[in-house]
Amino acid sequence: MSLSATTAPPSPAAPTPPPARRHRSRSSSLTRLDLTYSPYLYIAPFFLVFGIFGLYPMLRTAWMSLHDWNLIGDHSFIGLDNYAKLVTDEYFWNATFNTFGIFLLSTVPQLLLALFLANLLNRTFLRARTLFRMAIFMPNVVSVAAVAIVFGMLFQRDFGVFNWLLGFVGVDPIDWDAERWSSWSAIASMVNWRWTGYNTLILLAGMQAIPRELYEAAALDGASQWRQFWRITLPMLTPTFVFVVILSTIGGLQLFTEPLVFANGNIIGGDQREFQTLAMYMYELGIENLNTAGYGAAVAWAMFLMIALMSLVNFLLIRRTVK
Amino acid sequence: MSLTTRRTRLAAVALAAITAVGGLAACGNDDDAPAAGEKPDKLVVDTFGEFGYDEIIKQYEKDTGIKVELRKTAQLNEYRPKIVRALATRKGAADVIALEEGILNEFKANPANWVDLAPLVADHSKDYLPWKYELGKAPDGRLIGLPTDVGSLAVCYRRDLFQAAGLPTERDQVAGLWPDWNGFIETGKKYRAATNKGMLDSVTTAASAVMFQQGGDLFYDKQDAIVADKSASVKTAWDTAIAMADANITAETATWSPEWSAGFKQGTFAATFCPSWMLGIVADNSGAENNGKWDVAPVPGGAGNWGGSWLAVPEQSKYQKEAAKLAEYLTNAQSQVAAFKLKGPLPTNLEALKNPDFLSYTNEYFNNAPTGKIFGDSVAKIQPLHLGPKHQAVKENAFEPALRSYENGQASKDKAWEQFVKDAQTQGAF
Repeated sequence: MSLSATTAPPSPAAPTPPPARRHRSRSSSLTRLDLTYSPYLYIAPFFLVFGIFGLYPMLRTAWMSLHDWNLIGDHSFIGLDNYAKLVTDEYFWNATFNTFGIFLLSTVPQLLLALFLANLLNRTFLRARTLFRMAIFMPNVVSVAAVAIVFGMLFQRDFGVFNWLLGFVGVDPIDWDAERWSSWSAIASMVNWRWTGYNTLILLAGMQAIPRELYEAAALDGASQWRQFWRITLPMLTPTFVFVVILSTIGGLQLFTEPLVFANGNIIGGDQREFQTLAMYMYELGIENLNTAGYGAAVAWAMFLMIALMSLVNFLLIRRTVK
Repeated sequence: MSLTTRRTRLAAVALAAITAVGGLAACGNDDDAPAAGEKPDKLVVDTFGEFGYDEIIKQYEKDTGIKVELRKTAQLNEYRPKIVRALATRKGAADVIALEEGILNEFKANPANWVDLAPLVADHSKDYLPWKYELGKAPDGRLIGLPTDVGSLAVCYRRDLFQAAGLPTERDQVAGLWPDWNGFIETGKKYRAATNKGMLDSVTTAASAVMFQQGGDLFYDKQDAIVADKSASVKTAWDTAIAMADANITAETATWSPEWSAGFKQGTFAATFCPSWMLGIVADNSGAENNGKWDVAPVPGGAGNWGGSWLAVPEQSKYQKEAAKLAEYLTNAQSQVAAFKLKGPLPTNLEALKNPDFLSYTNEYFNNAPTGKIFGDSVAKIQPLHLGPKHQAVKENAFEPALRSYENGQASKDKAWEQFVKDAQTQGAF
């Protein structure tokens, strides 16, 4: 909205100059106001929505985490007791271990593969590039619950496709959700399937921003494709890579739907909590167990701090390697 | 009705997460003063699954001139978060709310959310199965729920698979195979020897059955202290389940898992424990092609109950007296028989249990098994039991996972018991 539009334009027949000057100066100060403040107005809707659905719940969660809070009953202030309890909670660390394990299993291969695919798609001689680029993004459009349900079927013990295929090479059927390594692999494969294409496209965009001249000059100097990739593509791609890694970290540490569906909806994630992630543990305490909502809120904040810390470490590490 | 169908629990949980987080954030107090004595235009009733109230409320509307809005939620797992949200925000609850066994026990820990029905309705202490009526009371003695239905308990078995294994198929003879749990385990061994398959789906369904049969204190004592490691009923259930795992008579398919759902069609196992509400799930999972192959036999070792519900009135209802009267109406003998005929929930009203229509009912899908008589006989013999506030959480998140860990060979006997006792303490806290 432009504030200056509300004032009438100076009339040409205005007899007395002083009011007109005052008028003009008022109008110009309004223009200045417009220039300084209306950008804030334009971005205000985002911050308003963020404030209601992001900031307020966060602050309220922080407030709840300082209480012994029953979702449908009373609550009493207990200071930092919830956080103190968290430090010695075996299942909290189990969930942390699972989350990071699945995160590594999904992020590392995923980003390597994405880098490889992006590099392929960046080749000028590739035909039907748009088709490939679209196809590679398709898995990301599918709803996460649908992905998880289909993969859950594929990883079934008795009638699953993967066990059927393994049967041909003489491997006994695997009870995928009964072991750490197998459940982690199954969940990581869902994440990889869904997000590799997305990361590929972002990396590809980063690659295309690298000036062609660099490659031409390198080619003239006799640098091989491989050498060009290591010496030009990778270093120039670092900022994009930081972005992709941070996004994957945030997503990976919040992993919820895939392991939950894989566990047939049981929030403890495996009979021995083999694949209960932090987000699942938070939900178990904060929502399912009505009486530990405050403790669940503390888990939520611990998660938030972990993600913030991880993002910072990523950022610093990768920034250092650039220099 | 206890429709704990967790097949669709998947998406529901994700959805519930979103809605419940919203519930956490929003909080306000509703202090619209209830208009005392004023007759309401409309009462709202919240149910899950199928309670069979559709016809009954029409009569009620005609008799009283009060409109009734029936809000149904298909799955229990979508239903619970709705109630939690309404209670947490003190807004949006119905006037009459159906509470399933697990939910009721949990909500009893905060009885202030519910109206004491005793002063608002006639004395019904002699009208229902006594143990069922008692369970509707909060620890402070207030009556917060009027009984609707029970699950009772039976065994569902596959006639064709029993025949293939050289076992009898007629339900009387099958009942003769397992007068007690040893008989059941021996039958399972014969089945394994003949087919090299597990007869039972998993040890956890059997453990539930044994535990509910024992009655008395389960995971909690009468003062609601957690006694999971000392309770005789729990120990018997545990030992029976361990004996079944040792005898290798199960197919190791965890209840509600995809292997389990598919197993009904594929014949992975030939028997499971069936409360009356499980019949529909068995039929759905088995499909039309297996019509008539399943049958229902009495459970080994006597009667027991698994599941069932109550009707309660939340404190936030503006028309508590009228709501209580409606709950009373919906749970009287006449209504319970009508509901059973429409959708099949087993009556708890003593008069309804003697109703000839109920007793003569047969289930076509299950080879015309006289389910009315089988379940009805069982209902009358159910042992009174005490379920503590977090009974469901202890059972599903501590007891059953520990048993499955042993069944699947992930943990030794002692390790599994240790896991159960530790988890029971945390899951059982309220």
